[in-house]
Amino acid sequence: MDIQVRVWRQENRSDNGRMVTYDVKDISPDASFLEMLDVLNEKLILDGDDPVAFDHDCREGICGACSMVIDGVAHGPEKATTTCQLHMRHFKNGDVIDVEPWRAAAFPVIKDLVVDRSAFDAIIAAGGYITAPTGAAPEAHATPVPKKDADLAFEAATCIGCGACVAACPNGSAMLFTAAKVAHLGLMPQGQPERDTRVLDMLQAQDDAGFGGCTNMGECTQVCPKGIPLTLIGRLNADYRKAVRKKL
Amino acid sequence: MALTGILLIGFLYLHMIGNLKIFFGAEAFDHYAAWLRTIGTPLLPHEWYLWIQRGVLTVAVVGHIVAATILARRARQARPVKYAHRPKVQGSYAARTMRWGGVIVLLFVIYHILDLTTGTLNPNGVHLEAYKNVSTDFAPGRWYVTLFYTLSIVAVGFHMRHGIWSALRTLGQQSPRGEVIARATALVLSWVLVLGFLVVPFAVLVGLVD
Repeated sequence: MDIQVRVWRQENRSDNGRMVTYDVKDISPDASFLEMLDVLNEKLILDGDDPVAFDHDCREGICGACSMVIDGVAHGPEKATTTCQLHMRHFKNGDVIDVEPWRAAAFPVIKDLVVDRSAFDAIIAAGGYITAPTGAAPEAHATPVPKKDADLAFEAATCIGCGACVAACPNGSAMLFTAAKVAHLGLMPQGQPERDTRVLDMLQAQDDAGFGGCTNMGECTQVCPKGIPLTLIGRLNADYRKAVRKKL
Repeated sequence: MALTGILLIGFLYLHMIGNLKIFFGAEAFDHYAAWLRTIGTPLLPHEWYLWIQRGVLTVAVVGHIVAATILARRARQARPVKYAHRPKVQGSYAARTMRWGGVIVLLFVIYHILDLTTGTLNPNGVHLEAYKNVSTDFAPGRWYVTLFYTLSIVAVGFHMRHGIWSALRTLGQQSPRGEVIARATALVLSWVLVLGFLVVPFAVLVGLVD
């Protein structure tokens, strides 16, 4: 299939950037979106042009590296699918596809489609962990966890930190990401001692990084490749309320 | 946003229920209007309660607007470079129109106070002649007032539909079942409020109240 892509090209952090149109010919419908970009880049290199920079790593939907807004939707038109798992068969021959980086003040563009997601690391560093001696995995029956809690914690833990929630949010908020991390640890017995400081510190780090505020629009969960549910934001709010009350 | 919003919805419900007294006739409705000024007496002097309520509501409205402004400003700062290709937000119409819808509701509230509280813009505009003020206000010849009132109340309804749901989420609603209940609650409360408010001008329009 033959398509056209309009890709965001930006030399470096200080460059203004612009959309540039490229023809991409003879693409297999079974190619992934990233493989289509690989084909484009090979042609660009042969032509002596600068290839389009984009983040990618595992290419099997579990690392959270790939990050592009395709036709205005983070990770493209397929539900619960990362860009690397999106295949060209979901597009039509002759389509013009717009490809842009995540747009957020907290995620500055480094080059083309690559953004700096250190802001997420700052949120994690503020409390997204358990301060406990690490070592060998403990005996599984030592600390019983109700099945319901284990399942919900696992669902929250499937967040791969790709940042699609921020890219999609009309407010540029990172609430779904933070909520997933807070819920994941807050549902486990090991996460209880730091439950209050965790939610307070992580939200503070989120605000400090320049993310917007949540207004419960629900765009985040629509584009999330892991389908992190919006209900977790309610859980974060409840944890926050309890933590603030205890602090007073 | 959630706390001030819930306070304002509580007021709107009392206001709507009070309005329905118009169907008990002019005497009952005017008596109700006069009674509002005696709430709290003799503990409080005449009309004091009314002024306390007005003060609390004003603080709530200002707080609501300040919070909304902070959120809107943070949202703008959080995305300095816009998307070149951005389809319509997938969220509900109500959620998408919270900010401009809120501005419309504010303009309506200002008009509404000038119309039926101070009487400045009311064709009758006589203090405590509540029944006559309402019936002349929504007279068939003033269809444009009724139209503006209807559009504003519908805007309030949309604002409440996302607002109630969002407020419950902000206050910690987190179970999937609770989410369904919260959505249904928001929808029902908004519809009841809109219908409760609109039945009055339309009753005047068709001559049920004159």
